[in-house]
Amino acid sequence: MRFLSLGVLAGVLAWLVTGCGGGGETTVTVYAAASLSEAFEDLAIEFEAAYPDVGVKLNFAGSARLAAQISAGARADVFASANGATMSRVVAEGRTTTPPVLFVRNRLALVMPIDNPGNVTGLEDLSDDGLVLAVCAPEVPCGALAEAVLADAGVDADADTEETSVRAVLTKVTLGEADAGLVYATDVAAGGSKVASVPLGPQFRFNDYPVAAVSDRAVAADFVDFVLGPDGQRILRSHGFESP
Amino acid sequence: MTDRSTSKEPNRRPPIPVLAMAVIAVAVLALPLVGLLQRTPWSSLGTTLGETATLEALRVSVVVSLLAAAVSVMLGLPLAWVLARLSFRGRALVRAIVLLPMVLPPVVGGIALFFALGRRGLIGRVLHNGLGVDTLIGTTAGAVIAAVFVSMPFFVITAEAGLRQLDPRLESAASTLGAGRWTVLRRITLPLLAPSLAAGATLSWARALGEFGATITFAGNHPGRTRTLPLAIAQANEAGRPEAAIAMSVLLIGVSLVVLIGLRHRWIAPRSPRPERSSETSPS
Repeated sequence: MRFLSLGVLAGVLAWLVTGCGGGGETTVTVYAAASLSEAFEDLAIEFEAAYPDVGVKLNFAGSARLAAQISAGARADVFASANGATMSRVVAEGRTTTPPVLFVRNRLALVMPIDNPGNVTGLEDLSDDGLVLAVCAPEVPCGALAEAVLADAGVDADADTEETSVRAVLTKVTLGEADAGLVYATDVAAGGSKVASVPLGPQFRFNDYPVAAVSDRAVAADFVDFVLGPDGQRILRSHGFESP
Repeated sequence: MTDRSTSKEPNRRPPIPVLAMAVIAVAVLALPLVGLLQRTPWSSLGTTLGETATLEALRVSVVVSLLAAAVSVMLGLPLAWVLARLSFRGRALVRAIVLLPMVLPPVVGGIALFFALGRRGLIGRVLHNGLGVDTLIGTTAGAVIAAVFVSMPFFVITAEAGLRQLDPRLESAASTLGAGRWTVLRRITLPLLAPSLAAGATLSWARALGEFGATITFAGNHPGRTRTLPLAIAQANEAGRPEAAIAMSVLLIGVSLVVLIGLRHRWIAPRSPRPERSSETSPS
């Protein structure tokens, strides 16, 4: 009995320390913008199929938070940011090992709870102060874009909350806590049947997403190549991203 | 070093491994702060702290934390009294509910608050439809509620402990001598309880001051209304403005230190084993 429980304990410890049952396989750690969540989850599955001895670890958050973590020395291999300004902070810290390459383009969309309690039909409705509006903080790419788009449209909108990731904006809307939110067009699908949306057309500004390796490991370059290659691009397009 | 000295009385020399671990423990707690302080741009600290956005966050922090502490005292004192003085079925459950927010990740509290007080939440629906409360997102009220959720337990447990230490004979003596319930409460119970109440209120205020997760989840991030110092610090750090984050962190550390020094009789120098009565005799 004692040996058995010691064995179980050792097994649990091994699992806790290595974080996987198999062990021995190479992992590539990818830090990606929150808006890439579903697309990169699919992409990771196909990457693992193409490179059977490599496991992909994904970390999604607002690009700004990821950039701060990488600059502070987080052990990431790949960084995919939702705009160039955030990527350039990581470049400035000397963390990138390959030059950033633009891999997708994304536009904004207005999302409302499915019953649209605020009767929002377009950007101009956002100037209504009684409306509960959620946007991204100007420090994160979707917030910088939202600010620029609203300014271009001449809409003076007072946001009730500035979230640090686009998915937090979406959550506020799917929960019905906000009457409207500005998210990426590609985020609308993640809101499922709980949200209604109005895409913003090509006359509005968009974000181009750069990807770069942030470690010297070969798997980092492999993953970047996969994102830029035909398979990666096909998966990204299937999630609503445009090619840059 | 002789055998005689060790056999006669307990060894005065502390064991080396214990000392070594204690030193490591202090280092674990102190090193991050040392790291922060050595990176602090002291010369430009004043300018950074003087920025409108910083002052605004400080104002929101002060307002929200003081309101939260006030609510915690108002609601928490009766609860502490119930827990300390009444024995009833389910008291253990109530106490567990009180303690839960102390161990729960605050972000869980924030999400839970949504489903209680959000527009479509349990009570929120009533507030929204019946009382015309539009939303708590982006409102100072929402930030206060989030802060109360995480900070009230600190007041309740401190006040309850104080009530339990109170000698009930003093109260019964007073009522034997003809004092009414209200007089006993006002003249005996509350004055005896004052140090515990002050400590509990300060602790819950300090917890509210540092609150981040529940606030950003439930009340959102709105400059001037819910963007407290912790929210502003996180945002500055993520926005690639570490100097601003450091400056505001130093400000928060300063405030926290002032609080700890204010509470030093209770915590920094807890009841010393040596007979040192000075803090007992001084009116507190």
